[in-house]
Amino acid sequence: MQIVREQDVVLFRNRVREYSTKIGMSLVNQTKLITAASELVRNMLKYANGGQVVIEIISKSAQNGVRLTFTDQGPGIADIQQAMQDGFSTGKSLGLGLPGAKRLVNEFDIQSKPGEGTRVTVIHWKHGR
Amino acid sequence: MNTTAQLLHSKKKTILESWMSNQLSDQGLRDDLISNEELHKQSDELLNGLARAMATGNTDNIYAAEYEPITEILSDISITRARQGFSPRETGMYVLSLKKAIADALEQELAGQHEQLYKEVMMVNRLLDSLSVVTFETFIKGREEVILRQSDEISEISTPVIKVWEGILALPIIGTLDSARTQVVMESLLQEIVNTGSNIAILDISGVPAVDSLVAQHLIKTVSATRLMGAECIISGIRAEIAQTIVHLGIDLSNIKTKASLASALQLAFSMNRIEVKSHSKSTTFGFKR
Ligand SMILES: Nc1ncnc2c1ncn2[C@@H]1O[C@H](COP(=O)(O)OP(=O)(O)O)[C@@H](O)[C@H]1O
Ligand SMILES: [Mg+2]
Repeated sequence: MQIVREQDVVLFRNRVREYSTKIGMSLVNQTKLITAASELVRNMLKYANGGQVVIEIISKSAQNGVRLTFTDQGPGIADIQQAMQDGFSTGKSLGLGLPGAKRLVNEFDIQSKPGEGTRVTVIHWKHGR
Repeated sequence: MNTTAQLLHSKKKTILESWMSNQLSDQGLRDDLISNEELHKQSDELLNGLARAMATGNTDNIYAAEYEPITEILSDISITRARQGFSPRETGMYVLSLKKAIADALEQELAGQHEQLYKEVMMVNRLLDSLSVVTFETFIKGREEVILRQSDEISEISTPVIKVWEGILALPIIGTLDSARTQVVMESLLQEIVNTGSNIAILDISGVPAVDSLVAQHLIKTVSATRLMGAECIISGIRAEIAQTIVHLGIDLSNIKTKASLASALQLAFSMNRIEVKSHSKSTTFGFKR
């Protein structure tokens, strides 16, 4: 799915909700995943002018989960450690998107190269652990 | 040149007629939504385009330039049908019913030449299958545009500020709280505080589907602006799952008065304004004194 404008945020969140409902995720876990997704997709729009998201259902030791991959071709992040700190923002916002998303999901991975773009992958399991 | 391309040229009239009758005989087609005449015209154009494209020898790559007029017509039809409320089946049947019309014509033309017939039919099948994928893709895009437009319209319906009691305003927020919406909400709230001379505003977010850091920032901003006007703000309707998420995100709402329900926020507002609400022993009338 392509993300190019603010309205895509709502469409995308609804799609994440569909997938997590499909695997029977509880409301709390759904809300955590959707909120993390919302943060990451907003970052993509705000700092990289959009990008691509992929939603997949995956399984590990008999448990299903949802994996979201956010890829953009934006400016990238020079210092990931700094960007992952609570309160760090170059966009006059709360600076809680990346660190908060990491706390909300079970698995979180971020790769970025300045000048090339950023890729964030998150996984949240059905039972949230 | 392949037989199909030739047939599309020489037997166009027959193919068009049987295609039209295939479409019209389909139980699912709603003749109330599109006129026969229009359908006839579009179908005729599509057959012309298809004959031209197939005559080039390209019978499988629908992304090549020669297929552009065809995918354009198909996209146009699908988008129009999506907007007019056709079902995916009705939209998809448009291309799929052409298969049978062409296959019938081929069968007549190539009677006895089984191998040739098989090859041609398979080719037509593959080609029309790819074209029908285009139909579905554009159909879905058309539907999503409808949804986007509706959500724009919904967010435009301005959020009502309700005076629930002397000095107390309530503002139920329903839907996504984006930047544009926050501006509208904040302005009408501040205006109403001035108009009514209220000193307490309750922001109810039970209808907000997700509270991420941007929404939280907007809420905090609204609360600060309210305070600058000399009024206090209570946020109500924070559901359990949202409360947990806010904590994990790391958002600090500790200097903001929050309540789980609108009712408990109202109770807090009453006590802040020293309003006492009590029910009389038998009757259920309410009285208040200051
Ligand atoms: N996709 C991205 N591309 C480039 N920079 C990004 C991206 N996502 C985040 N950043 C950088 O990381 C910082 C921290 O992001 P985040 O934690 O979401 O806080 P905020 O969005 O409030 O600034 C941002 O201010 C920005 O500089
Ligand atoms: Mg952010």
